[in-house]
Amino acid sequence: MSSDHNDEGRRDFLMVAAGSFAAVGAGASLWPLVDQMNPDASAKALASIEIDLTPIKEGQAVTVMWRGKPIFIRKRTADEIKSAESADNADMRDPQTDETRVQKPEWLVLIGICTHLGCIPRGQANGDVHGDFGGWFCPCHGSHYDTSGRIRKGPAPKNLEVPPYTFVSDTKIKIG
Amino acid sequence: MSEHSSSYKPSNAFTRWMDERLPIIRLVYDSFGVFPTPRNLNYLWTFGGILTFCLLVQIVTGIVIAMHFVAHGDHAFASVEHLMRDVNWGDLIRYTHAVGASMFFFAAYVHIFRGLYYGSYKSPREILWILGVIILLMMIITAFMGYSLVWGQMSFWAVTVITNLFTAIPIVGESITQWIWGGYSVGDPTLNRLFSLHYLFPFIIAALVGLHIWALHVVGSNNPTGVEVKTKEDTLSFFPYFVIKDGFMVIMFALLFSWFVFYAPNYLGHSDNYIEANPLQTPPHIVPEWYFLPFYAILRAIPDKLFGVIAMVLAIVVLFVIPWLDTSKIKSVKYRPMFKPFFWLFVITCLALGYLGAKAPEGYYLLASRLFTAYYFIHFLVVMPVVGLIEKPKALPDSITESVTGKSSPEETAKEGAQS
Ligand code: HEM
Ligand code: FES
Repeated sequence: MSSDHNDEGRRDFLMVAAGSFAAVGAGASLWPLVDQMNPDASAKALASIEIDLTPIKEGQAVTVMWRGKPIFIRKRTADEIKSAESADNADMRDPQTDETRVQKPEWLVLIGICTHLGCIPRGQANGDVHGDFGGWFCPCHGSHYDTSGRIRKGPAPKNLEVPPYTFVSDTKIKIG
Repeated sequence: MSEHSSSYKPSNAFTRWMDERLPIIRLVYDSFGVFPTPRNLNYLWTFGGILTFCLLVQIVTGIVIAMHFVAHGDHAFASVEHLMRDVNWGDLIRYTHAVGASMFFFAAYVHIFRGLYYGSYKSPREILWILGVIILLMMIITAFMGYSLVWGQMSFWAVTVITNLFTAIPIVGESITQWIWGGYSVGDPTLNRLFSLHYLFPFIIAALVGLHIWALHVVGSNNPTGVEVKTKEDTLSFFPYFVIKDGFMVIMFALLFSWFVFYAPNYLGHSDNYIEANPLQTPPHIVPEWYFLPFYAILRAIPDKLFGVIAMVLAIVVLFVIPWLDTSKIKSVKYRPMFKPFFWLFVITCLALGYLGAKAPEGYYLLASRLFTAYYFIHFLVVMPVVGLIEKPKALPDSITESVTGKSSPEETAKEGAQS
């Protein structure tokens, strides 16, 4: 009788042990199948790029590619800087001061991807619309960004992102 | 009906031998030969057959296209153009596949609204209905992935916008999105995996259709009265009556299909998709294919990113639970005077959302999108439970037979049948 009880306890233990072992094994063999979809080594080999700023005149903007994403580089006019700084205390969805978004006030560097659903906002080319706040306007669902790339109106939740970059000289930046 | 026993009798030595080993002839005979089907089905019941036809067309044309398609960011667009210009009959085959997707959704929407009107989602058909909603979800994903393969401007930006929906998920959203992309933006790895899955999913859909029909054959078809089959007199055998009827409508449907393929192959598409994908330039208006417009309108109606995404997903997910949201015992809207106008208001809502999904989300369009989005959910979450409780339904016919002949009760018909 008592040995029967012991047997049952043993069987339960064996069941639980075998079950857990199988679950861990299944999980471990599933992981490579899931992880293979993540960005691979070649995508991660983060090519950093250097950009010469000399040809960009005040009030002009250029777009370059970095990691498959467009980067907006804009040499802001004094007016644009002033309007960005004076809006620092305005009611914003993602409050940030202009100062924290630039290294030198005249150079604004942004990832040119709308933080709503990934379209490329307009405002880079000559004759583009700039939206209600003089910066960029995303045509997809109507997000307006100001001259600091901050979201001011529309569905986007966040300001245009600032990529990691450094000034390697006065007229050259390195992104990445 | 689940207990009907097989009446199949193998007629010769081979079929007897076969029947004892793999009774597949018996299965076909029972399921599509003598299968008892309500005698009062109208033409809306032919759309199941039409949908099967659509799936077959997509699989056959798709496999052919895949012989010429190159799943690479640099070559996909050119390979589709090559298919259109150089491959024998290539334009016909591609247009059939592209128009076929639209026809598939058209048929699916008719089929779904048929179910909504005649209460086909109610007991005992809940599982049958849920399988249908899963098939709809899979069709949506499949068509979206197929559209992306063309790698035109609309393809690329549709993939960008839709995959970015996942960034709305708090904390892990960004990692999930990069996992889907296989990079830091939509690119070649994304295209490859979309192709792999676009090839796979239709076969999963085919398997789900098998389950859907299995579930249908356990509980039997609903019918325009919503009164369940009571006697044999209420039914006719599937062959020849419904095979002929379904066949006739498949031909009618194929005529409409052919008209689009031969005379207006690009009418339902967007011309921007004949411009190769350019990751540096978003087209001025991103518009999905027409069959996604109502959902797109719901997404844009809500000014918050996360809640917009949630609402769009819920618009489909809510369909899973309507068997339990509808409190009425009566299936067919024909006998539900109070619910009927709400049903039609819901139809108008879906059409209006489709129209608004193609318009810029501004001013009155945006306001209208919001009102119709609100009604879309009110219909299911408020009208369905409440009207079912307070409504006084019209008198139902005693049986399907009575609704058709106008007089005989099932017992009498059964007696007459026994006498003759
Ligand atoms: C549920 C069934 C299916 C649906 C709803 C569907 C839908 C679509 C759609 C909407 C497109 C874009 C059409 C265009 O604008 O050109 C497409 C393209 C494509 N599909 Fe499918 N498809 C299905 C099944 C299949 C199957 C089984 C294959 C087999 C491999 C396939 C292979 C392709 C290929 C290679 C393309 C890209 C070339 C093109 O644009 O025609 N599809 N599909
Ligand atoms: S993607 Fe820019 S507003 Fe939606």
